[in-house]
Amino acid sequence: MKNLFRIAPFLKPYTGQIALTLLTLLTLTGLNLLVPRIIQNVIDDGLLRGDSTYLIRSAFLLLGLGLGSALLSLVNRYSAEWVAAHVGFDLRNRMYDHIQYLPFEYHDHAQSGQLISRCIEDVRAIERFSGSSIAELVRFVLLTVGILFVMLSANVTLAVIALLPMIPLVLMTGSFGARIGKLFFAVDAAVGEVSNRLQENVTGVQVVRAFARENYEIKRFEAANMDVFRKWVKVVDEWAKIMPTTNWLTTLGTILILFFGGQMVMEGTMTIGAVVAFNAYILMMAEPAQALTGLVNAGGEAAAGAQRVFEVLDAEPAIHSRKEAVILSALSGEVEFQNISLKYQDEKTESLSDVNVRVKRNQIVALIGPTGSGKTSLVNLIPRFYDVTDGVALVDGYDVRDVELTSLRKQIGIVLQTSLLFSDTIRGNIAYGRPDATEEEIIAAAKAAQAHEFITGFTKGYDTIVGERGVTLSGGQRQRVAIARALLMDPRILILDDSLSSVDTQTEKLIQAALDTLMEGRTTFVIAHRLSTVRRADLILVMDKGRIVERGTHAELLAGGGLYKEIHDLQLMQRDSFAEEMSEIEPIFGEKPAHENTIYSNRSNSG
Amino acid sequence: MLPTTQPPNHPTIKPPNYMTKIIPPAFITQSEEQLDKGYDPNVARGLLQFLKPYAGRMSFALGLMVIVTAAAVSGPYFIKLAIDDGINAKNPIALRNIALAYLVVSILQLGLNYWRVRIMARVGQHILYDVRTTMFDHLQKLSLSFYNRYSVGRVITRVINDVGTLREFITWAVLAIVRNLLGIVGTLIAMLTLNLKLSLLTFAVLPFMVLATVLFRKAARKNYRKVRAAVSWTNSVLAENVNGVRVVQAFSRQKHNSNYFGGFVNRYFLETSMDAARLAALFTPVVDVLGALATALIVYIGGTAVLGESITAGVLIAFVLYIDRFFEPIRDLSRRFDTLQSTMAGGERILELLNTPVEVRDAENASEMKPIIGAVRFENVSFHYSDDPTLVLDQIQLDVSSGKTVSFVGETGAGKTTIVKLLTRFHDPTDGGVLVDGVDLRTVTQQSLRRQMGMVLQDPFLFNGTVRENILFGRLDANDEDVIAAAKAVGAHDFIVNLKSGYETSVEEGGATLSVGQRQLISFARALLANPRILILDEATSSVDMQTEQVIQTALARLLKGRTSFVIAHRLSTITSADKIVVIEGGRIAEQGTHAELLARQGKYFELYKTGFQD
Repeated sequence: MKNLFRIAPFLKPYTGQIALTLLTLLTLTGLNLLVPRIIQNVIDDGLLRGDSTYLIRSAFLLLGLGLGSALLSLVNRYSAEWVAAHVGFDLRNRMYDHIQYLPFEYHDHAQSGQLISRCIEDVRAIERFSGSSIAELVRFVLLTVGILFVMLSANVTLAVIALLPMIPLVLMTGSFGARIGKLFFAVDAAVGEVSNRLQENVTGVQVVRAFARENYEIKRFEAANMDVFRKWVKVVDEWAKIMPTTNWLTTLGTILILFFGGQMVMEGTMTIGAVVAFNAYILMMAEPAQALTGLVNAGGEAAAGAQRVFEVLDAEPAIHSRKEAVILSALSGEVEFQNISLKYQDEKTESLSDVNVRVKRNQIVALIGPTGSGKTSLVNLIPRFYDVTDGVALVDGYDVRDVELTSLRKQIGIVLQTSLLFSDTIRGNIAYGRPDATEEEIIAAAKAAQAHEFITGFTKGYDTIVGERGVTLSGGQRQRVAIARALLMDPRILILDDSLSSVDTQTEKLIQAALDTLMEGRTTFVIAHRLSTVRRADLILVMDKGRIVERGTHAELLAGGGLYKEIHDLQLMQRDSFAEEMSEIEPIFGEKPAHENTIYSNRSNSG
Repeated sequence: MLPTTQPPNHPTIKPPNYMTKIIPPAFITQSEEQLDKGYDPNVARGLLQFLKPYAGRMSFALGLMVIVTAAAVSGPYFIKLAIDDGINAKNPIALRNIALAYLVVSILQLGLNYWRVRIMARVGQHILYDVRTTMFDHLQKLSLSFYNRYSVGRVITRVINDVGTLREFITWAVLAIVRNLLGIVGTLIAMLTLNLKLSLLTFAVLPFMVLATVLFRKAARKNYRKVRAAVSWTNSVLAENVNGVRVVQAFSRQKHNSNYFGGFVNRYFLETSMDAARLAALFTPVVDVLGALATALIVYIGGTAVLGESITAGVLIAFVLYIDRFFEPIRDLSRRFDTLQSTMAGGERILELLNTPVEVRDAENASEMKPIIGAVRFENVSFHYSDDPTLVLDQIQLDVSSGKTVSFVGETGAGKTTIVKLLTRFHDPTDGGVLVDGVDLRTVTQQSLRRQMGMVLQDPFLFNGTVRENILFGRLDANDEDVIAAAKAVGAHDFIVNLKSGYETSVEEGGATLSVGQRQLISFARALLANPRILILDEATSSVDMQTEQVIQTALARLLKGRTSFVIAHRLSTITSADKIVVIEGGRIAEQGTHAELLARQGKYFELYKTGFQD
């Protein structure tokens, strides 16, 4: 309920339209209240007194009222829906904007499907409520007050009798609303569980099949499905109770009016026309009273929707530029980490502890270490994807928390571990960070990333649409487009998260070549486990359990004899045995074509 | 006609002014046009199957509904009786009796109505349960190529959202449509019985009513399509940007994206909402005016008749009440039409899934696979997918004796994974046969075969649940000691006991709290617990770094021991000790032999091996 009130600020810009809605509603209700009155006059004055001119007048009056209220209701409905549509529009924009600025840490825990359904389904629920539902509610209140007034002023006794059944009706509807909300919540939870089961089953389909666990899965699904059934039956049973009962209470009102009103007519204290009018008023009131059930439902849905929507809007974009943030001009490219520690929200241990590094302009820094040792965590601090728990990350001597984010990130190029592309043209994807880039710049970037060739191989070239509804690119091709995308930014700082583990050896070579071009003249951080890349780095950081355990150049680290040497030896060992194997088959080796010889000898020299 | 515009592929320009209508991209409108379904008898027939088991209960409920409707229609008649025979006749006893009779009928109506709603609503839920279960069962049988075409999201949309639209239809619309039709018929009969002339007068308005409804339907249908397009456009743009939010932020695209969303996507949403609002705002008043017209006619002509004493005042009053009851169902029916439309679209998609043929099924006389010894033979096996005649595998001839380890190497897309998928019978060969212990796989049941096989994949998939449950997935009847033994054997026990709650630590979706290496070790334990006679490792070590791989290698050696094993790896250093290495190229076996043999041949394997060590 509290959340429903929070919608109010979103209604505020449309005060004028809302006033119009309410004004038309008020007039409309007044006109509606006149109809039974006319019928009453028709019966009492026209029929019983036998005045036929009265009939014509009343007929035209009814028609006129009909036209008038139709016009008003048109304005009323349209303005109500107009407000609703605009509230929805504003909310969706706000949500979309907000989600884009929420930090990585938020998205690490959020489920994308949920966020999307909040932007669409939940906003729709609010939209529906703020349009027709609120109008209905106001109509109900206005009608009730109006009818009460009319009935009481006509005949207090009959009014009280006729209204008696309305009391349980309103009470029942109210308590129904309270109960049904909880029941619906339970249904939602049960459906969520079915959807989880399903998602898991589909994602793990190979495992399920490989272990012949279909029947086990079916049993588990049926249990969840049965739960949905049970929860729904509870809801449905409530409906089965309330709907016929509210209907009956209205009929009861009619019967009471007939019986008591009829007696009053016979006693001469009331006219037939008044009795008929009373009945019409009760029917008029019953309709919105019954719609109240639906209204309470809609209110419940909107409240739940609002809760979920505000949950997102309340999530703080913890990482944002400060008011007095420095707008960076061209960076020189120095990066420094001072006493850095980083602990993610829900984790027990620190992901980075006590990291101190200083990187000079245009240096290449290689990070190596086991999975989970903190390499990615560390480089993520440079574009300020996360904020440090302790210590400070500096770029060109500025604490990244003190600079304007866009001006920082625009100068950093990143190739992420998984190269996500958008379903857009290849051109659009490469120009993602710089939509204003010229065709020449885009092609130049693609060429440098070794991507131009395969792109022009497509019939539509750079206009080829990639992704779900376009061409499926291989992992290596995607990677190269992602590299071109980073390259087009002409970044001062380049971050390459290890991206080669999922491509085959040939492709890896191509990408490696592209990367070499990319690194020239920039401060580069590269996460890799191939020693070839690491060896040419100006600084190698060996990480383990969130700490830098060794640092130096290749030669220094080898001399140091630590973890780096271990890893190196491991690779070397394999290479040695390879070399040994090669030497064993050396005798027939000369028979092979010359260029392969060259490649081989190159390798032995460098190894 | 307002000017129209489509958003540019790359929106560098400002959104158009507010007088211009937005058109969503073609792929959105096209797919919505395909979905635009009117009433489709095939879909209706398909859905009807699900109603069959409940035919008895539904006809009973229908019978109840007829009585309930009759009772409801009798209301104004009781009022007429009360006025004419009770009040105007100044007969208090008659008035009391009529009121009592009305009360009794209304109580009967209440009881029966409760009964009917309860029956129908429950039947509705039963049907939905059946639909979901049938879909899930079918999903368990569909071949893996189905899952290549269908994303997880789409499957979930089918089972949750499309069944949801069915729910609206089954629980409410079916009931309401029948109730409305009965209501119209009942009111019609009542009116005709009361007075023919006044009835015909009322019906004079009917053609206008029908016309208004038809026009409205047409417009609403067109609009409905646009609303759907707006939702699906918004959905796809949102989905992409939420999934890619890290890239969005890394490239500082937020402002740009917001302009696009607010200026095109969301604005189209707004426009379609407004169109729908305009339409809905128009329809109800039109119906109301027609109703007022009918009432005015009745008041004048009926009133004159009362004065001429050809009808009683009670009849006139009853008629005025009936007019309302006559128009209300018509108004309601036109609202239900929307539901019918979305049900047809949803129903069609549900049926499409249920009608997707199961490619691999057990033969009718399939026998149980006997305990496998482990000899595997591929006999001239060729394979292509049903929707693409290009051969993925071409004449594969391979013999593996029991207990040996075979490695498949080759470039991405060469067909390595397809070979092992034929062995587990995820697909059937289009030509030739796969034999285990001399038995053709197509002659045995899939369950009995796969129960004796184990598989470890590149992405170690863990289910929501505890570590113990995940290992147990390999063999459900295993006890705790077995689980621990399996974990120890693959070297996973140590890290597991160090987790927050040991074996009872819950693994989050996709196993996010554990490292890739840890997840892979758990999946090894799972495979070991299943104690398969044939083991398949598909790129099982490629997503872990070298140090972790060292740990896993030891576990692997233990896992492979004494079983016929098939290993796919792209780091060749991990497979040099295999009994047989098979090089696959373009769906054919290019070479096979031991590591040493193949190196000595200096063929394809030699090439691959060399590049692997090149820097």
